[in-house]
Amino acid sequence: ERKRHCSMRFMLLFSRQGKLRLQKWFTSMSDREKKKIIRDMTTMVLARQPRSCNFMQWKDLKIVYKRYASLYFCLGVESQENELLALEIIHRYVELLDKYFGNVCELDIIFNFEKAYFILDEFLMGGEVQETSKQIVNRSIEASDMLQEVRFTDMHAHTHKCT
Amino acid sequence: MALKIVKGSIDRMFDKNLQDLVRGIRNHKEDEAKYISTCIDEIKQELKQDNIAVKANAVCKLTYLQMLGYDVSWAAFNIVEVMSSSKFTYKRIGYLAASQCFHENTDVIMLTTNQIRKDLSSPNQYDTGVALTGLSCFVTPDLARDLANDIMTLMSHTKPYIRKKAVLIMYKVFLKYPESLRPAFPRLKEKLEDPDPGVQSAAVNVICELARRNPKNYLSLAPLFFKLMTSSTNNWVLIKIIKLFGALTPLEPRLGKKLIEPLTNLIHSTSAMSLLYECVNTVIAGQYSCSVGSVCLRISVVKYLGLLAMSKILKTHPKSVQSHKDLILQCLDDKDESIRLRALDLLYGMVSKKNLMEIVKKLMIHVDKAEGTTYRDELLTKIIDICSQSNYQYITNFEWYISILVELTRLEGTRHGHLIASQMLDVAIRVKAIRAFAVAQMATLLDNAHLLTGNMQRNGICEVLYAAAWICGEFSEHLENPVQTLEAMLRPKVATLPGHIQAVYVQNAAKLFATILKNQEGNTDSTAAQETSQLMIDRLPLFVQSANLEVQERASCILQLVKYIQKLQQKDVEVAEEVSALFAGELNPVAPKAQKKVPVPEGLDLDAWINEPPSESESEDEQPKAIFTKEEPKHSRPRHTEVDEKELARRREARKQEQANNPFYIKASPSSQKVYQETPGVEHIPVVQIDLSVPLKVPGLPMSDQYVKLEEERRQKERAEKKKKEKKKRKEKRSGRGKKHDSGPESEEDITPAHVVDIVTEEMPENALPSDDDDKDPNDPHKVCDIQGNLQDGSQVVVSVIFENKSDSFLKSMEFNVLDSLNSKLQRPEGSGPHDGLTVPFQLPPGVSNEARFVFTVQSIVMPQKLKGTLTFIVKDSSTHEKLDFKLHFTCTSYLITTPCYSDAFAKLLESGDLKSSSVRLEGVNMPFHHLLARICFHHHFSVVERIDSCASMYSRSIQGHHVCLLVKTSGQTVSIDAKCDEPTLLGNVLDEIKQTFSQC
Repeated sequence: ERKRHCSMRFMLLFSRQGKLRLQKWFTSMSDREKKKIIRDMTTMVLARQPRSCNFMQWKDLKIVYKRYASLYFCLGVESQENELLALEIIHRYVELLDKYFGNVCELDIIFNFEKAYFILDEFLMGGEVQETSKQIVNRSIEASDMLQEVRFTDMHAHTHKCT
Repeated sequence: MALKIVKGSIDRMFDKNLQDLVRGIRNHKEDEAKYISTCIDEIKQELKQDNIAVKANAVCKLTYLQMLGYDVSWAAFNIVEVMSSSKFTYKRIGYLAASQCFHENTDVIMLTTNQIRKDLSSPNQYDTGVALTGLSCFVTPDLARDLANDIMTLMSHTKPYIRKKAVLIMYKVFLKYPESLRPAFPRLKEKLEDPDPGVQSAAVNVICELARRNPKNYLSLAPLFFKLMTSSTNNWVLIKIIKLFGALTPLEPRLGKKLIEPLTNLIHSTSAMSLLYECVNTVIAGQYSCSVGSVCLRISVVKYLGLLAMSKILKTHPKSVQSHKDLILQCLDDKDESIRLRALDLLYGMVSKKNLMEIVKKLMIHVDKAEGTTYRDELLTKIIDICSQSNYQYITNFEWYISILVELTRLEGTRHGHLIASQMLDVAIRVKAIRAFAVAQMATLLDNAHLLTGNMQRNGICEVLYAAAWICGEFSEHLENPVQTLEAMLRPKVATLPGHIQAVYVQNAAKLFATILKNQEGNTDSTAAQETSQLMIDRLPLFVQSANLEVQERASCILQLVKYIQKLQQKDVEVAEEVSALFAGELNPVAPKAQKKVPVPEGLDLDAWINEPPSESESEDEQPKAIFTKEEPKHSRPRHTEVDEKELARRREARKQEQANNPFYIKASPSSQKVYQETPGVEHIPVVQIDLSVPLKVPGLPMSDQYVKLEEERRQKERAEKKKKEKKKRKEKRSGRGKKHDSGPESEEDITPAHVVDIVTEEMPENALPSDDDDKDPNDPHKVCDIQGNLQDGSQVVVSVIFENKSDSFLKSMEFNVLDSLNSKLQRPEGSGPHDGLTVPFQLPPGVSNEARFVFTVQSIVMPQKLKGTLTFIVKDSSTHEKLDFKLHFTCTSYLITTPCYSDAFAKLLESGDLKSSSVRLEGVNMPFHHLLARICFHHHFSVVERIDSCASMYSRSIQGHHVCLLVKTSGQTVSIDAKCDEPTLLGNVLDEIKQTFSQC
């Protein structure tokens, strides 16, 4: 009962080999719980036959997953949630990644995993959709990155001076 | 582009950045753990440095390692350090690490309160944003309490970017610190109308979530949400709002009506499947009568969800699902087994007489294609379930069904041989007309037994041979070539079959033998008969040696018998008659409940002691022998024997008198017998001869397909004939009745069975009780007859229910219960639960009726209502609990009380202008005007105010004080009623009911 609070519980990205590439927990959970869920999700989803339907029941949650190239996107939502909406959320996130990285691939997410989180944080928050407009999400990520870039180049110049 | 610059700058700065770490891990696949432990050592060194850039880099690497499953909780303090950096770049990394690594029990969180507060009030909106995002992941009750005010202020920030995040995080704060909800709610509500759509949708999200947890408190927001629903074009927001309404409607039924229109509009206009699905789900859950049919079609694109939704719709709107049969059948082709199984479930519920053959045909194709025995077996059981459901209700052609069963025997490796066998037996025994055909098919099966015997395992397909042998033996008179079948049954190969099957073979070979003898003895050539005996004598010893006791015993018995017969035959004695006598008589099926229904013979009281029980005092006396002597009967019996003829006659007369006056006595009339004959199942379906243009015997070939074609032709013919008849009928029907028939006549019933089908119901003992489990039967013996509403005050209705026991057993412990609706509730004594039944205060001897009254509380009286209820009772003799379902129909009329009204008061009422008007016309009413008025008065509780020629004004009042005024005029056969009432819905319903009364006469 304590956990029944937000429509989305977690989002996981993992590869076909079952390697976790991204995890986002929308409710506070202990490491043990997290590990258990990750293990269950990867085994369950990877065991699915190709062209199976994208929804599963797991305990009291609906698991909605979709495979994009070598990556599985897996979203755990409350049982009254709309499965199709969850699929749309996954797809929207992929679109956002694609826009940011330009033809995103698994390696982009591995090497820039913090960016993948930043994008997700502008899109979803606390288990709810934060922004439904793609443009606005993109704009705020760009703006934050600009901020970072300026600081970095500042510092770059600074370190040069020191050496 | 921006990214490349960032990457480049990092590369030059540190010895090992995140990218290096990732690359390193990928290069050390063999000794990953070792590599990572050296990395962690490096990170620990880096964290000790004062340079915040180095620390941030280390924390970033830790976040990555945390994802790989390594424990990084030891670095929690360093994470807080990085969070506190004044530079956005590092702050961002710090908060990310915190949101990934912290949970409620991380103690350093306590140290962050001030830092977070500082960030929340930062002039840089992205600092604030990052802090809010992080907080959403690790907010604790303490943080929520301390920061609630700051966040509340941010809800009115100038930047929508911050407002949006603040609104969303407010929800988390409410959850952790509920006290914050009250002061923050007004501001949250304002955000529903924020100029920025992002903030607006965030507010909708939060309020919807809150409302779903506790809908009652949010009813007042319904109008606002309704406005949003009709104006918003954002699908994500719409879905949330629709969900919210789904939670609100149970509390406020009026909302449901309002929602129908916007929901229907959305269903027809939206292209977003998720929104469509949400609408459909809400519609189904609310059971609004909506154009569900068109929805199914669209939703079925998403197979699994479509099937799921359809199974919900099927319960309420079976017809609209049936039209999508093809789509559902297509789903059987799906690769995903869960989809296939869902589709199978649906099929079970949607077969009808019309489509059964087609559906089964498709399923048979799937059986052939199916891979894996589990799924194939599932299909097989489903086919049999579908066909045999409700006592073969949907089968119109049993020859077809038998051929389906025979086809199923060709399945390899099935474990349901027993199921098929029992179906074969059941059909052959109960459908007399099919026996000849069944026997022919079974003979073929026996002949080709070698094809089946590959699978010898228990419950394997060889089980069907059990059925085949029994059918061929029992109904051997239908066999065309009995000798051949006998030969097939006595083949040496039979000895490899399981014992119980061999036993049936042997026994039925004997039956067959009897039949053959009978046929052959009529002939002049007596050698044929002797040859048959010889065949038996030659083959049976094989079975006599069987290790199976049953087989051995039967075989040796029969062998001796045949030997004896042979002896007689050699002496030219005719034996056939006597041999057949061995197997004379027909075995009939017995219903599983039969024993229970055997009536207890008159005069036998099972509860009474056969002998007086030893009383306790007697047991002290120790007279055990006395119990077995005939002392007791002497006390009671002598009286009878001593009375003379006259006395008897006098008593008989007196008894008749008494019986005539005693309402509790059932007279010896055949009525009780009739009740039995009218019970369902013993229907004698009309006999239609079929002329088969295609020869049926294609042994061993699948032929069920042919039946499908034949059936089509037959139905077409029938339809043509029917149309002619119906035209005539329709004219007569015009004045037919229509009340209380909820569903229109089903086209289902129009399909007559193909041929002499007489489904023999399972045998019941004579005088058996009528079957009491068939609630829907209109001839139900225990009928609740009459319901009259007697009205007390504004909210109470007294309902008199007459219970009539039409069965011939004593009913007791009756309990009356009604499923309460939102509007009407049965009043129960204090302390009883809302689902408890009320005890009916009497028992019912057979044939007796009695009345009980029940009080209902009713809230709204403007609509007629049907309440479902159950009556449970105990049949005394069998002492079984039985139950009877019924519906209570509360018409609007029953809420009216006959109230006299003077013409001047009536006129004032009409002038007041408070009343809404409505009118109705009745055509073809053929009765004097005063009869018509009397009818309205009697049936609808009106009183006549004034009458002038063919025009009358009438008045009645509802229990809640609604005035109902009528002006009735007649000219010729047309009656027009103009009516006024302060409640238009009530008026409309009353008028409908009046109309119905007159359409019935």
